[in-house]
Amino acid sequence: MSTATSNAQKKGGFLAGTANYLDERVGVAGILKEFGRKIFPDHWSFMLGEVALYSFLVLLLSGTFLTFWFQPSMVPVIYDGAYGPLKGAEMSIAYSSTLDISFEVRGGLLMRQVHHWSALLFVAAAGLHMLRVFFTGAFRKPREINWVVGFALFVLGMAGGFTGYSLPDDLLSGNGLRIIDGMIKGIPVIGAYTSSLLFGGEFPGESIVGRLYSLHIMLIPALILVFVAIHLFMVVIHKHTHYSGPGKRDDNVVGYPLMPVYVAKAGGFFFIVFGVIMAVAATFTINPVWSYGGYDPSPVSAGTQPDWYIGWLDGALRLAPTHLEFVIGGYTLSMNILLPMVVGIAFLVVVALYPFIEGWVTGDKREHHVLDRPRNAPTRTAIGVAGVVFYAVLWAGASTDLIATHFKMSLNHVLTTMQISLIVLPIVSYIITKRACLSLQRKDREIVLHGRESGRVVRLPHGEYIEVHEPMNEYEIYKLVDFKAYQPTLARPNAKGVITVRARIRARLSRFFFEDRVEPVTQAELEAAHDHKELH
Amino acid sequence: MNKRKINNARRSPFAAILVIAAGLLVAGGGYAGATAAVAHSTSGSYTQEQVDLGKKLFLSNCASCHGKNAEGTNYGPSLIGVGAASVDFQVGTGRMPGQASGPQLMKKPVQFKQDQIDALAAYVSSLAPGPSVPDEKYLATNGNTTRGGELFRINCAMCHNAVGAGGALTEGKFAPNLKGVEAKHIYEAMVTGPQNMPVFNDANLTPTDKKDIISYLKYIEANPSAGGEELGGLGPVAEGLFLWLFVLGGIVGITIWLGAKSN
Ligand code: HEC
Ligand code: HEC
Ligand code: HEM
Repeated sequence: MSTATSNAQKKGGFLAGTANYLDERVGVAGILKEFGRKIFPDHWSFMLGEVALYSFLVLLLSGTFLTFWFQPSMVPVIYDGAYGPLKGAEMSIAYSSTLDISFEVRGGLLMRQVHHWSALLFVAAAGLHMLRVFFTGAFRKPREINWVVGFALFVLGMAGGFTGYSLPDDLLSGNGLRIIDGMIKGIPVIGAYTSSLLFGGEFPGESIVGRLYSLHIMLIPALILVFVAIHLFMVVIHKHTHYSGPGKRDDNVVGYPLMPVYVAKAGGFFFIVFGVIMAVAATFTINPVWSYGGYDPSPVSAGTQPDWYIGWLDGALRLAPTHLEFVIGGYTLSMNILLPMVVGIAFLVVVALYPFIEGWVTGDKREHHVLDRPRNAPTRTAIGVAGVVFYAVLWAGASTDLIATHFKMSLNHVLTTMQISLIVLPIVSYIITKRACLSLQRKDREIVLHGRESGRVVRLPHGEYIEVHEPMNEYEIYKLVDFKAYQPTLARPNAKGVITVRARIRARLSRFFFEDRVEPVTQAELEAAHDHKELH
Repeated sequence: MNKRKINNARRSPFAAILVIAAGLLVAGGGYAGATAAVAHSTSGSYTQEQVDLGKKLFLSNCASCHGKNAEGTNYGPSLIGVGAASVDFQVGTGRMPGQASGPQLMKKPVQFKQDQIDALAAYVSSLAPGPSVPDEKYLATNGNTTRGGELFRINCAMCHNAVGAGGALTEGKFAPNLKGVEAKHIYEAMVTGPQNMPVFNDANLTPTDKKDIISYLKYIEANPSAGGEELGGLGPVAEGLFLWLFVLGGIVGITIWLGAKSN
């Protein structure tokens, strides 16, 4: 591999330091060194998609195991199983079969925990993978469609998780379904009908678990498989992107051949992911449905929360201002339900369409295979950070009650603070990120032109003190100058000689994106700087 | 694993009527029950010495807030008629003597020995009858845990969480975690309803119901989860944080470590 030398110099951040620290004390790395050389990738962030893929495989295997015993029926029975505090209680067959899986089927509880932990991991790894793709600009032409496919996978993961979470028919998941029922009923005109269609009558009815089960084990996994296939197929067609470096251009791919190195790497990595999931599932409880009791519409527990990937929607509901109800012609319009739904859907739509929005603004029709360093796309990076912060506040919004009790604050204050943060923090983080990117870019320019500050101060013969700057080698310089700074485009008249509204909006957006920018160092500047140094 | 199908009464239209009826019973029973509870309380089971000692302790530790004759002041409510159960709970859990701070009076290390607490209880219950300290037979943990769990989820989970892990109320008030609370204090909390907790008198939860609830709480306290480490019983939020920080974080850490080693 041609970049081996340059990589070696760049390693050595905090994480690598920690790794070394551990190695010096544990000493396993010696054995793994030979092994590791072949198995692990150039950059860890390229492995996130694979973590998601492997968690999905674990989901399929453990889920299949669960289907052998799980019975998706809401017919009530009297429980007579092994768990003492529920003996003699009336509950649905779905719940009692989940208890049987937990307490009577050999390995059943482990499999339930494997299934649930890998579900959480699947969506988390996919989410982090998405962020990597976003912040490095890997979604640019020709990969826009694959971004949308990946986005669909993320949403399907949420759907798979939610439908699965509701299957055991316990108190916690039933409360979650009750919220969904309320949201559906809040939709004007069609709400009540939709709810009664979905639940087969009045909530909770007797059909919902069976219906969710069909979705959960057939439709959603099938769709995920199809989309995963499309996703990987497109990766093969497009080839992998790479971080910038010498020899890495938009018209080539630098890396290992697929066979046999990559296959071996992937196989090894699967077992690491699998091993971590098994270890966690064997030692940490997840969703102890037996402590929640069977679903019954009357009790509601404090601290009722969904799995993490639904948290941001729950948070949106909690943070919505109250008293936003209008009565129009005898019908109540509950804006405190509609507003979070609209905000949530709008957020998802913007995420799904972002590659097309940015492509339209830049007007860039070239293919990109070299990744951006996040600082070299300041506006995109700032938008991304603002988006992450917005999502994070909504997410934290789902645990206002726990934040209040654990940090000894008033629930009301926590809510108000979060409502304000939801608007203010994304804006603030946008500004800070953009400024930070621009100054990092300026620093890069400095380094390329004048070398890295070495911290060594010397006194020249004529008495002047200077700090010695170490010049960079070509590899490093290449990485720092290999990017393009777009110019804002102006609104130009079209063939008929009129400036359309579309053109105006585009020019406005273009200015928003590219007004503040730092140009990469040009060859001429570099040479000038070198000549200057020779004079010393 | 043998199960008997039973009829479908839970979700029939009668269920709604039953629920309403039960609701009315609870609400209406509340008033009647309050008087019933007072009636069956005993105030004669303490000795005169205890009452005298209690009065002394009261004057030096409690009267500043509750008044010389426990009639109440601006700093503390009247204790006439609150009963021995209330004193035993408040002083026995370290809530009293109170210390004004924040939105809710907090538990502190207990400041009196049990015989002093009994004396205080004797004094307060000598002023007027009120709920008494529960009989030992309701504190044994051999009650029906299934019923107890059900009653707990219906009556207590909305504040204390389904597994008793506690929960937030408005304005900084909260329902505490119930792990490690003595059986006697659980019973007394139910009969006296401290601060923002409602009173569950004998009409809406019979002494046997209370015993079942206590048995259930003690069962889940003594039997940790079959699935392993419990992450504080805080449910999906704790699970999600753990997943991001340790599981995904761990996998990324391993990748970075091995990546760094391979170079
Ligand atoms: C700093 C003032 C203060 C002191 C000292 C104090 N209390 Fe209290 N006490 C309060 C307040 C305030 C409340 C009401 C708490 C609430 O319900 O909000 C209270 C409530 C109580 C209650 C519950 C009343 C009910 O309605 O059930 C009892 C019993 C009680 N105190 C007993 C005592 C005893 C016994 C002492 C002495 C050992 C004592 N208190 C000392 C302030 C005080
Ligand atoms: C409306 C909410 C609410 C409900 C319902 C409720 N509690 Fe409480 N509970 C509280 C609050 C608030 C406190 C704290 C009171 C204090 O510190 O003075 C509390 C305190 C307690 C304590 C004392 C804990 C300790 O740390 O000393 C026990 C025990 C208790 N509750 C049991 C129950 C049981 C059992 C039920 C159901 C029968 C129940 N509670 C129902 C709000 C509630
Ligand atoms: C799309 C990816 C999937 C996700 C995100 C997912 C998620 C979940 C979750 C969160 C639960 C609740 C588990 C619990 O704590 O009890 C669950 C239950 C279940 N899942 Fe999945 N799952 C997925 C795929 C599958 C597949 C492919 C199958 C079967 C082939 C399956 C079968 C089951 C069964 C039978 C249950 C109920 C059993 C129980 O709760 O113990 N799942 N799923």
